[in-house]
Amino acid sequence: MRRSLIYNALVIIGLLIFLITPILSRYELQPNHLYDAIENEAVAADLENRLHSFMGQSASGLSLQINVRNAIDDTNDATIARYSLNEEQQRLLVNLMIENKFNQENVDKIFGEENEFQRQSFTDYGNWLYGRPFVSREAAETAVDQVMENIEKFEITTKYGIDRYERKSIQYQLAISSIRGPAVDQPWLFMLLSYGLMIIGALGLAFEKLKRPAGVNNDGVFTHPATSRKWLGILIGTILITFYIVLYFFPHFMASWIVMVNPISYALSGHPAGQFFLYGFLYTLAVLVMGVRMLIKYRFSRYQTYRTISVMFFQMAFAFLIPEILVRLNQPYFDFKNIWPLDYDFFFDFELNKLLAGGNLGVFMLVWGILLAAIGVPVLTHFYGKRWYCSWVCGCGGLAETAGDPFRHLSDKSVRAWTIEQGLIYSVLVFAIVMTAGVLYTYFTGNATVLGMNSFKVREVYGVFIGAGFAGVIGTGFYPLMGNRVWCRFGCPLAAYLGIVQRFKSRFRITTNGGQCISCGNCSTYCEMGIDVRSYAQRGENIVRASCVGCGICATVCPRGVLKLENKADAQRFEPNGFIK
Amino acid sequence: MRIVIIGNGIAGITAARHIRKQSDAEIVIISGESKYFFSRTALMYVYMGHMKFEHTQPYENWFWKKNKLNLVQDWAETIMPDQKIVSLASGGSVTYDKLILATGSKPVRLDIPGTDLAGVQSLYSKQDLELMEANTKSIKRAVVVGGGLIGVEMAEMLHSRSIDVTMVIRESSFWDIVLPKEESEMVTRHIQSRHVKVITDTTVAAIEGSDRVEAIKLSNGELIETDFVGITIGVQPSIDLVRELPIDTNRGILVDKYLQTSHQDIYAIGDCAELRDVPEGRKAIEAIWYSGRKMGETVAVTITGEPTAYQPGLWFNSAKFFDLEYQTYGFVPNHDEAGVSQYYWEDRTEEIALRIVTDTNGKVVGFNALGLRLNQQVCEDWIVQGISLNAALQRIREIDFDPEFTGRLGKLVKTEAVS
Repeated sequence: MRRSLIYNALVIIGLLIFLITPILSRYELQPNHLYDAIENEAVAADLENRLHSFMGQSASGLSLQINVRNAIDDTNDATIARYSLNEEQQRLLVNLMIENKFNQENVDKIFGEENEFQRQSFTDYGNWLYGRPFVSREAAETAVDQVMENIEKFEITTKYGIDRYERKSIQYQLAISSIRGPAVDQPWLFMLLSYGLMIIGALGLAFEKLKRPAGVNNDGVFTHPATSRKWLGILIGTILITFYIVLYFFPHFMASWIVMVNPISYALSGHPAGQFFLYGFLYTLAVLVMGVRMLIKYRFSRYQTYRTISVMFFQMAFAFLIPEILVRLNQPYFDFKNIWPLDYDFFFDFELNKLLAGGNLGVFMLVWGILLAAIGVPVLTHFYGKRWYCSWVCGCGGLAETAGDPFRHLSDKSVRAWTIEQGLIYSVLVFAIVMTAGVLYTYFTGNATVLGMNSFKVREVYGVFIGAGFAGVIGTGFYPLMGNRVWCRFGCPLAAYLGIVQRFKSRFRITTNGGQCISCGNCSTYCEMGIDVRSYAQRGENIVRASCVGCGICATVCPRGVLKLENKADAQRFEPNGFIK
Repeated sequence: MRIVIIGNGIAGITAARHIRKQSDAEIVIISGESKYFFSRTALMYVYMGHMKFEHTQPYENWFWKKNKLNLVQDWAETIMPDQKIVSLASGGSVTYDKLILATGSKPVRLDIPGTDLAGVQSLYSKQDLELMEANTKSIKRAVVVGGGLIGVEMAEMLHSRSIDVTMVIRESSFWDIVLPKEESEMVTRHIQSRHVKVITDTTVAAIEGSDRVEAIKLSNGELIETDFVGITIGVQPSIDLVRELPIDTNRGILVDKYLQTSHQDIYAIGDCAELRDVPEGRKAIEAIWYSGRKMGETVAVTITGEPTAYQPGLWFNSAKFFDLEYQTYGFVPNHDEAGVSQYYWEDRTEEIALRIVTDTNGKVVGFNALGLRLNQQVCEDWIVQGISLNAALQRIREIDFDPEFTGRLGKLVKTEAVS
């Protein structure tokens, strides 16, 4: 008891040290940071000018970001002032409109030859208005304003200024290059104090479980504040959600954590760490440490033991180490076990080009990825159910089955939740297919517009809302609130695809043993996918559900030996066993 | 037609559901214990924090209205069979055309001084669970009297809250009135390995304390200090409701093979029913989940117009003692019987045991398993087909229902090959 208090304290101290490193860090911006981060030297010089008084100062992360952001905004304003239409040009355009002389010839006259950029951009963005009648001066002014706004946003800023993608990248790179402080000077020490203490504490807590005899032990799961949606669960959820939002949308605020793991990144790939190296590192650490906890908790079950070792192996080797080592060998970064459409950017132009430029190995990776999705998924799922992937191999599944195990009982088992699940997950699957089809169309034809939509815009929306928002922020951030499979259950398009095969064309099912069910509800309660397992078992029916990931916990916690995961010839998959009427 | 069911346990609810499947009759289910059906066997998991009470309810709350099953949360007080009226504790009453009594069991009382002290209780109902929650708040020591299924559950519950538990049992090892010696001893060892102190061959003389229990006095004179006493010496049919009525009772409410009582239009099912004609290999009163469910299924068919005899089929049961699972199929006597031979194999370190019983003709008639999961269908098929022990051992992998990779029965096969 006392020992577990110490372990808990270690976890908390480690976490606090981790959380305060960004606050301990200072940033000293130098001109060369700007020139390294920005290709266009004129723009960099302009920014340097604007940030002159800020250079070399020791600033907080927040102060750095505010100053850089303001400077970028000012630069863009100046650029717009220089390249946009002046008041005289605007007035003349409005006159043309209300005089019904609004055509290319007259527009050309207004700009003359010395204002070619303005003439061309106004033609591009405004020519669709030619010949339209304008009843009032106000209407014409509004129309010109709108055209100007588009020109400023899409034309001037992109060509001569800093657009929002560049701005994000500059903010991130400046943070990484200008950061100073203990996490930079003493990365090993700080890793030891944060990760080290957390690992020791978490492993200590896991090994405490060895004192209890081997067997199902869910004592107090529904009373502990971390696992019953009480204050600690809400706190953990808040930290996770914040972490994911920062990771995806404000990575420039996590520079201290990123540079802290630089030594590990250099050792693996020979390159400095980025935000996603940090994420992969944390993710793998969570899977491994909580995997050890899982191995101890379920040490009486070989199925759980083998399965846990499998997800730990695939995360560490396939998701983390191999891709980094490939980079060290000058090969394309590639996760051999990630499968489209979960791996939604597999068919993006930059990914395809990367693989095609990667020689024989790159081409092999491309073929491997396509074959895995097209043949591997249906064939393996036919023989083993979707568990071969979701609860034995997949990274999302790996995290859910290890770090997420303490929260598996929080999934909603109601029929209502099942209905929402079906509506959502198949929508995401359709979205992923449509998005990918558009991206490929653009790749092969060079035409960005597909059926009236810009494929780059569609893929961006998918990335932000599904890839980052759903899979990351909601998928993991909501572990302590909605259970550990929110993404896998409601969102993952690959799970949807695997699920269709499992439901209709697979040998996998969970067999109900005769009439042994006593309707206790352990199976349903601990089903992370929210399947009401009991409703089948108490009718003597097999459980054949698209969503079942085959984690086997229902069979593990069943106190009467009622459930068994099996791959069996499928003639009677849906037949009740006859023991219960 | 209005069918009234008293009791919303597995027997009453199964009857209601099956009547609904076959008829549009009005169905009223009366229970004072809870509004919604819950799994009684799961109460222990609520105490241990594995579940919340709502998780013990097998159907969502909308289910009852959708299927036009009218739930009345009230205690039935009296029945007037001639007028066909059930009167309720709240003062109301319900008339019926057919009445199904599914009133379940109640704990057997221990007839010694001190059982009315605070901190002394049995465990059967939802209310008992709530009482136990209150009775065991921040206590250190508990005594459980009685070595049966509820006794070991109670010990496990208390143990999960780090309360020191002593079990006092009359028998010389756990549940030996049902389990053969070897299994009984294995279970006893298992319970002891969970740091539960088991005192055998002992009864309780008195419970002592001023207003709350302070100690328990054993038949041998020994005094054990304790903060809580759980009395789990068995259950008996709960038949107070019909005791004064002109309905035949013995220990339970006597029913014929159609589960009809001595009064027309009144049926009794589940724990409270006592069969006049006992099918072979079964008992007159079976206070277990599976029999309650089977009776519910049967009475529903009879009531909806097709008189059907109760045919419980081959006996089976299951339990879990702390982490040790138990299953039994067919006929397994707890002692050596003439003409019956027994094959028994156990592995003490892994805590697994398998017993196969054969009759005078050498045919397999029963299985006992500890720490192994057997396939019910295959076990029953073998018993019905009457295969020999040798055939059973050769095909032993077919009865394996353990999770994949477990391979415990495979271990048995290997051991056998050596010996």
